[in-house]
Amino acid sequence: MISFQHVTKIYSCNSIALEDVSFDIKEKEFVSLVGKSGAGKTTLLKLLLAEEKPTQGKIFFEGKNVNEIKSTRLPEFRREIGSVFQDYKLLSSKTTYENIAYALEVVGASDQEVARDVPKVLEIVGLTEKANNFPAELSGGERQRAAIARALIHRPEVILADEPTGNLDPYHSLDIIQLLLKIQEMGTTVILATHNKEVINSLEKRVITLEKGRVIRDEEKGRFIL
Amino acid sequence: MFTSLRRIIKSGFRGFFRDGGLMVATIFVLILVITLATSLFLFSGVSKFIIALVEEKADISVYFKEDVMEIDIFEVREELVKIPEVKGIKYISQERALDDFIERHKENPVLMASLAEVGHNPFLASLNIMAFDPGQYQNIVSFLETPDFTTLVEKVDYYERRPVIERIFSITSTANKVFIFLSIILAIVAILVTFNTTRLAIYNTREEIKIQRLVGAGSWFIRGPFLIQGILAGILAALICLALISLATWFLSPRIEVFFPGLNIFEFFSINLWQIILIQFATGILLGIISSFLATRKYLRV
Repeated sequence: MISFQHVTKIYSCNSIALEDVSFDIKEKEFVSLVGKSGAGKTTLLKLLLAEEKPTQGKIFFEGKNVNEIKSTRLPEFRREIGSVFQDYKLLSSKTTYENIAYALEVVGASDQEVARDVPKVLEIVGLTEKANNFPAELSGGERQRAAIARALIHRPEVILADEPTGNLDPYHSLDIIQLLLKIQEMGTTVILATHNKEVINSLEKRVITLEKGRVIRDEEKGRFIL
Repeated sequence: MFTSLRRIIKSGFRGFFRDGGLMVATIFVLILVITLATSLFLFSGVSKFIIALVEEKADISVYFKEDVMEIDIFEVREELVKIPEVKGIKYISQERALDDFIERHKENPVLMASLAEVGHNPFLASLNIMAFDPGQYQNIVSFLETPDFTTLVEKVDYYERRPVIERIFSITSTANKVFIFLSIILAIVAILVTFNTTRLAIYNTREEIKIQRLVGAGSWFIRGPFLIQGILAGILAALICLALISLATWFLSPRIEVFFPGLNIFEFFSINLWQIILIQFATGILLGIISSFLATRKYLRV
């Protein structure tokens, strides 16, 4: 489904973010990317989202070379991916309901679909009561759940979660990971970038370990070893 | 398509009311710009009126020899009327010239006594000629200096009045040039100020634009609400400006008329109301749209 082939990303001569990275991800897989800060986890996700271009190598998503997608077709491509960020990236001028509905609106869903699906997803992430609150009025955990709800509302093929527990306490971190597992069980591929050791060790899923921009380990049912 | 358009419009309206503070700042700047555009329009009307007033004072008179028959003068007038530069010709007979002189100086006993001493009408019949443009008098004078007319004409007072006429011509043409130059400069300043205010307002939402892009929103889906906000700000600013200018012209009109009799600025405003409304709304809406379009373009490159 996703294939990184000898991908290198160099920002400047003394800033090599990724070096000759290659791996494949199958459909409905749950993959964790681990590594210290600056190991290249976020760069890898940015490359997959076509936010950045690789200096060398190719990235394929369902057979399409991501870097050959024209800028006018990028929105369409990004609708196949749901993204969750450490800093939530919710639209501050929209309520929780509007934030989630926005992801459906951009794909051209009808008003009936929006009215039907948004309350359901709000219920899944436990935010029904907070539907009319703005992001500033939510706790960190609630914001991240809202971000996950937005990422999954349009049923994307894959969800990219970049340090989703980075700003959360252990209790809320577990909550978010449980939610991501539930999403994967429902048939969505999940790529989780994190440096949370406890989370990784409790998952018992595939782990790709990055160090200084290189893949140093790729194990099924892997553990957090650095 | 229509669902997206409806959502863009709805989102634009929502954003307009939620971003109240920023919108007030944008509307305020737009009011200044629209007021400027309207003032330029009003000023152009006023300056045309004043220039026409001044130009009316510039004319030339052709004095005919004493023995020239009135019928010959009328023939000359017929010939002059055919010249395209001539705006109007007024015939002043010898009797009329005398009557005008007496009327003007009846309070002056010295002049009246001198006139009585002369014993006959010393004034010559004349044609008072007005051109469309003060610069055209030289052509008219050249026409009168052809041999056909020199036998009839005693003198043309153009050469005595030429310095005054040329001065008026120079002032009016300079005034026009200054007006055009000032309009261009002010328009550029106004556009830059509006653009910068909008850019600052949109700069605050650059992170939101990036997020929308990453969520998969198309350029027009993101840009659309900003354009709607720009249109709404433009319409509101135009309405406020229309009310302000109406009040200002109504209040100032009688005071301006004291200095320039016949110049009723409120009447000028009322007659050109539709044109002014068009200028105000077109300025507000176009500036709102263009500046929003340019300001969002930069942040859409994600």
